[in-house]
Amino acid sequence: MTEPTAEMIQETKLYRSWGLSDQEFQTIANDILDRLPNYTETGLFSVMWSEHCSYKNSKNVLRKFSNKSERVLAGPGEDAGIIDIGDNQAIVFKAESHNHPSAVEPYQGAATGVGGIIRDIFSMGATPIALLNSLKFGDLDDAHTKYLAEEIVSGIGGYGNCIGIPTVGGEIAFQARYKKNPIVNAMCVGLIDHDDVKYGKATGKDNLIVYVGAKTGRDGIHGATFASDEFTDSNNTQRSAVQVGDPFMEKLLMDACIELVHEHSDWIMGIQDMGAAGLVSSTAEMASKAGSGLILELDNVPQRETEMTPYEIMLSESQERMVLCIKPKYRQEIIDFFTDKMLDAVVIGKVTMDGKYKIYQQGKVVCDIPISGLVDDAPEYKHVGIKPDRITDSKEQFKPEIESLEDTWLKILGQPTISSKEYFYKTYDSQIKANTVVKPGSDASVVRVRDTKKAIAMTNDGNSRMVYVDPFIGGQMAVVEAASNLVASGAIPIGITDCLNYGNPEKPEIFWEFEKSVSGMAMASRRLNIPVVSGNVSLYNEFNEIAIYPSPMIGMTGLIEDIDNVVTQGFKDSGDLIYLIGETRNEFNGSEIQQLQMHDVKGSLNKINMDQVESRFNLILKIITNKLINSCHDLSEGGLSVALSEAAFENKLGFQCEVNMPTEYLFSETPARFVVSVSKDNQKEFEDLIGNNGAKIGFVTDDNRMNIKTIDTEATIELDEAISIWKGAISCLMKKN
Amino acid sequence: MKFAVIVFPGSNCDKDLYFAVKDSIHAEVEMIDYRETSLDGFDAVLIPGGFSYGDYLRSGAIAAHAPIIKTIKKMAILGKPILGICNGFQILTEIGLLPGALMRNRQNKFICETVDLRVENSQTIFTSEYDYDEIINIPVAHGEGNYYCDIATLKQINDNNQIVFRYASDINGSVDNIAGIINKEGNVLGMMPHPERALEEIIGSDDGLKMFQSILKSHMNRVNL
Repeated sequence: MTEPTAEMIQETKLYRSWGLSDQEFQTIANDILDRLPNYTETGLFSVMWSEHCSYKNSKNVLRKFSNKSERVLAGPGEDAGIIDIGDNQAIVFKAESHNHPSAVEPYQGAATGVGGIIRDIFSMGATPIALLNSLKFGDLDDAHTKYLAEEIVSGIGGYGNCIGIPTVGGEIAFQARYKKNPIVNAMCVGLIDHDDVKYGKATGKDNLIVYVGAKTGRDGIHGATFASDEFTDSNNTQRSAVQVGDPFMEKLLMDACIELVHEHSDWIMGIQDMGAAGLVSSTAEMASKAGSGLILELDNVPQRETEMTPYEIMLSESQERMVLCIKPKYRQEIIDFFTDKMLDAVVIGKVTMDGKYKIYQQGKVVCDIPISGLVDDAPEYKHVGIKPDRITDSKEQFKPEIESLEDTWLKILGQPTISSKEYFYKTYDSQIKANTVVKPGSDASVVRVRDTKKAIAMTNDGNSRMVYVDPFIGGQMAVVEAASNLVASGAIPIGITDCLNYGNPEKPEIFWEFEKSVSGMAMASRRLNIPVVSGNVSLYNEFNEIAIYPSPMIGMTGLIEDIDNVVTQGFKDSGDLIYLIGETRNEFNGSEIQQLQMHDVKGSLNKINMDQVESRFNLILKIITNKLINSCHDLSEGGLSVALSEAAFENKLGFQCEVNMPTEYLFSETPARFVVSVSKDNQKEFEDLIGNNGAKIGFVTDDNRMNIKTIDTEATIELDEAISIWKGAISCLMKKN
Repeated sequence: MKFAVIVFPGSNCDKDLYFAVKDSIHAEVEMIDYRETSLDGFDAVLIPGGFSYGDYLRSGAIAAHAPIIKTIKKMAILGKPILGICNGFQILTEIGLLPGALMRNRQNKFICETVDLRVENSQTIFTSEYDYDEIINIPVAHGEGNYYCDIATLKQINDNNQIVFRYASDINGSVDNIAGIINKEGNVLGMMPHPERALEEIIGSDDGLKMFQSILKSHMNRVNL
């Protein structure tokens, strides 16, 4: 095939099908190059200027986030954010979305999402210690959704289990809007010593660019552009844009890169993974960060297929590849080092000082453009948002109807979003590395830091129903909920990574949701001093013009200074006293019970008193460090009824409670509340400390019953029955024809 | 006592085993590359879990042809303790040091959970610290842990008391709920569950400790004879 000439590209407007607008093409031709770009160059601009790589639609909004705190060592702009945890150690973490690939090829889409996020972590020199994921599917009532759920979960497990990093937690939710556009967000957390941190820079004239890892094939070409487009019935089968993962190869690559950084740090100037937009994105960004230029020789790039064009080589998103910038005198050492690890390492170029991105194939220049044009001059769009009609200022709350508390309680426990996700997470190796202290199924997962007293708590959260009904407060709630999870385990929240999943930002209503919810998240994270150090944006999540719920995912990490203080959510001993910390209010909009009874969510959310939230977090942390409680569980979807049940399920202990509130309040979703259990020995000290911030509501029993009394009714449920409904709900739906 | 942890490309429980030996019984331990051909000076061999060679072809099938294998076989003949866990068990069946094979779990899914195991033989060098019929809590994590052998072999290993661990309930379809078996000579043990992940209460269980203590104690008894 002969490639179209520059003139033909201009004439036929071929660039449009690659996602470039006429205006953008003109900018490239007139302002950046002062000539028409050739085929390869047009391709490079189109991926580098895609939303996925350039954040052109979202940059302006993302500036709202604060990435500063006394612990932040590196923030956005690097492969991942870095946060100090003391003793010269730091954690490195990031989350990434793989929604579009997972929609068309669920197993590989999800698997390569995991592979990609792991590379982001070890490319900084860190050792990955944990994986998490946030998944959102359509309702489990049709075969295609079940197929997507089954394959996505097995792709995540297939990659993580093989590479040997524990998948310790996450969240899974179900809602009709995700039917054809599932949300697949993966997060990886790594551990590093301060002095080992490496950045993706191509510095120093005549230093060499080395390609390491798998060969380049034709898979995943234009994956980044594809991720910046919507799905429709006629545009949903771009399987060729999905990559194929090989966790075995990545394991070799990971171990080798970590060893290289530890043992031979002086050989390398920079290291970067090849993710979205493959070779072009990784190398151009390395040069951009260093203010340098690059010469690349494509004939040296290891290729899996024959007759690959420069366009294909540069845009391929073949997995398990890394780029290094090395000192020339270590060339042979580095090649030998990787050969010993069964990996190809090849010199493919060198650093120049002219700021140019020059690519050769068979002696011919196939690309000669300024790096700054490719990376820094991407356009930035400021969209104007319009408030969607559904957003209301009315203070009216949904009023749940509860005829039988037993029935409603059991029904709520059997809702897929509430019920146990064991069916899925049991297929993830959550214990490899033998450091997992709190396993999946808890508020937060906890992984200890070997040879120290420290542990890292982590969670993925984002209740998109709340964001849908009220993006600003829903955004705040996402941060508060994630922080509540960490605090409940005894951790001080120290950092956030996010995945911002939304519909098409060119639609004003979608942009409004995006902007408002980011404002809410930014406000809450600033107020609670939890910086946003990395993240990812996934827009255009639509099918046939119907967008997903605005679905920001907060990936939060927390530090536990003394592992002996880790608290779990389950009741521990019969006779322990149960307290509810935090006031329960008439708040049902966006709740599980509204969804259950109305089959929809609507209404506005009440303002969150952030001062109160902050002081409550401090209180919980204090009662934990004073070792006054035996369990702590935060209240979220389903409210008090679900939190008490889950606390009972873990160790099969019942409870008897009496609350001074109307029955429906058992399902209120007022944020930042906690259920804790306290042994009688600690009662006085505990009550002195909490003052009027909480109230005793009952005690733990061992009679296999959950009993609760409100001001207008009383209900008793057999523990075994509740557990079987809660545990069996998802496997029952998955197996039903 | 000095342990060798064999590292194949794709092994991923190698470091866990290394720490297990070092931290729980404070013995000497070294990571040994699959290309080595000597294990001189080592008293015991540990073959870790993971996905050697990505489980391509069949789990353990490619590792079975690595240079170190011949040496492991020699160690087996010398009567040295050899323990294969998970992928290590799969490799031991592939190279014929243990009978039977590990197939895909009957439910066709990977499974990770902490399960109850019954100690069926506490007279081995790996289990002497346990009580017969003791129920212990050990994590499993595998996609291909469904132990199979033919009826004649099953009778044989039963008669010879070679079944060392059984799952307390069926988790993956294994014949007779077999979780771990030993060779006739009593020095090669293969098991799917991971005792190296059960050495401290803080990570859920310390029921694996006795296995490492048994190996050390048996060694000391031999040395002191």
